[in-house]
Amino acid sequence: MSESTTTDGRRPAHGAVEELVRDDVARKRFLKMAGRRMGAGAAATSFAAFIAACGGSSSSSSTAASTPAATGTSTAAGTSSASAAGSGDLAIVNYALTLEYLESQFYAKVIKSGLFHGANLSVIKTFGAEETQHVAALKKVAMSLGTPASEPTGKFPIHSAGQVTKLARAVENLGAAAYLGQAGSIKSKEILAAALAIHTIEARHAATLQFITNETPTPDGAFAKPMTMAQVLAVVKPFIA
Amino acid sequence: MTHIEPASPELGAVEVHGMSRSSFILRGALTAGAVYGAGAVAPFVSSAFAASGDIDILNFALTLEYLETDFYKVKAKSVGLSGPAKKYAALFAEEENAHVQALTKAISAGGGTPAKKPTFVFPATNQSSFLKLAYVLENTGVGAYNGAGPSLKNPAYLAAAGSIVQIEARHAATIALITGQKITPDGAFDKPLTKAQVLKKAGPLIKM
Repeated sequence: MSESTTTDGRRPAHGAVEELVRDDVARKRFLKMAGRRMGAGAAATSFAAFIAACGGSSSSSSTAASTPAATGTSTAAGTSSASAAGSGDLAIVNYALTLEYLESQFYAKVIKSGLFHGANLSVIKTFGAEETQHVAALKKVAMSLGTPASEPTGKFPIHSAGQVTKLARAVENLGAAAYLGQAGSIKSKEILAAALAIHTIEARHAATLQFITNETPTPDGAFAKPMTMAQVLAVVKPFIA
Repeated sequence: MTHIEPASPELGAVEVHGMSRSSFILRGALTAGAVYGAGAVAPFVSSAFAASGDIDILNFALTLEYLETDFYKVKAKSVGLSGPAKKYAALFAEEENAHVQALTKAISAGGGTPAKKPTFVFPATNQSSFLKLAYVLENTGVGAYNGAGPSLKNPAYLAAAGSIVQIEARHAATIALITGQKITPDGAFDKPLTKAQVLKKAGPLIKM
């Protein structure tokens, strides 16, 4: 049951998501990226605080205080969209928060739809609960830096189990690419550690949905491809009411 | 997709036939270093990621990737796999090998000397113990990269590590799915591992 949403016709938006998610041209290979200068930020701090706040591992320290005003050089580029507010790390956190809000709402809607049962429903519930925890954690961090993004109202086509599974797959692949695209731009080590901890959860979700739909778990091959904020927001836009 | 309690996501639980576990489960790589000479475990030895330079971290990652490649290439063959296990082991072998190549290049380009491939010993004798070990290795890989990431100074290396760790996470989820283990063993946030924690899990698999 691979491919194209064009076959199940009615959801052009969905097809667009998938196309964009898989668009090799728009994204950069890692070897190319290796030559590219990304955000700066090498201030060595411990990165325990945020993870501790997330209920992750071990040691903690104070809150993830950072330098909100510190003008994110490269990061500012993609933040022009309405959904991400602030600059530097705050902008990135709010961007992630917005995506997590949408994912969380999406899964809630899917669960409510009654389209899934049994083992698949339980996977969806698990994933939904995890996205909700990402929302809570990111909101906390955004509050420590400034003003959190407000919750968007998502609108998602929910028609059939097959269609929803494919949409979920696209959403999770997008999420993974979105986090990967920000890693090099995050200044605070605490926030970077948190983003990494969430990034691989999105990847696990994505691989699961790839697997369920008989697609390869690693659609990008051996190196996952990042997406920029602008690319991701363009894909997400149709899903915001 | 069923969710069975993870059989036991620790190496110690992996079944071993024909050898006493202590004969190869050394007490961590630091011990291994003392016993076998630091050369064998050099890339694994240093106390914390934070204290390591980028090249050290990349060499640490390279050693893990050697380990995974060897596991999926060589060990998979000797164990004899079938079905999805065989299919995914073949795919993952290729991808881990691509990571080895990329890291080797990055280390050389950064002026470092790529770590040599050690000899590994894997406590797996059949498909079931192979997959259990695969689950541990992939999850350890995720934790290792996530733990090391914030210590990387060069953003290009961080981008590369991020690109690789996402693949490790996808592998881990796939193994979880074919074995009925937890897709997200740490819950909503993957826990970063310290170097010592990674050593504890992976060190015993390195042989002289």
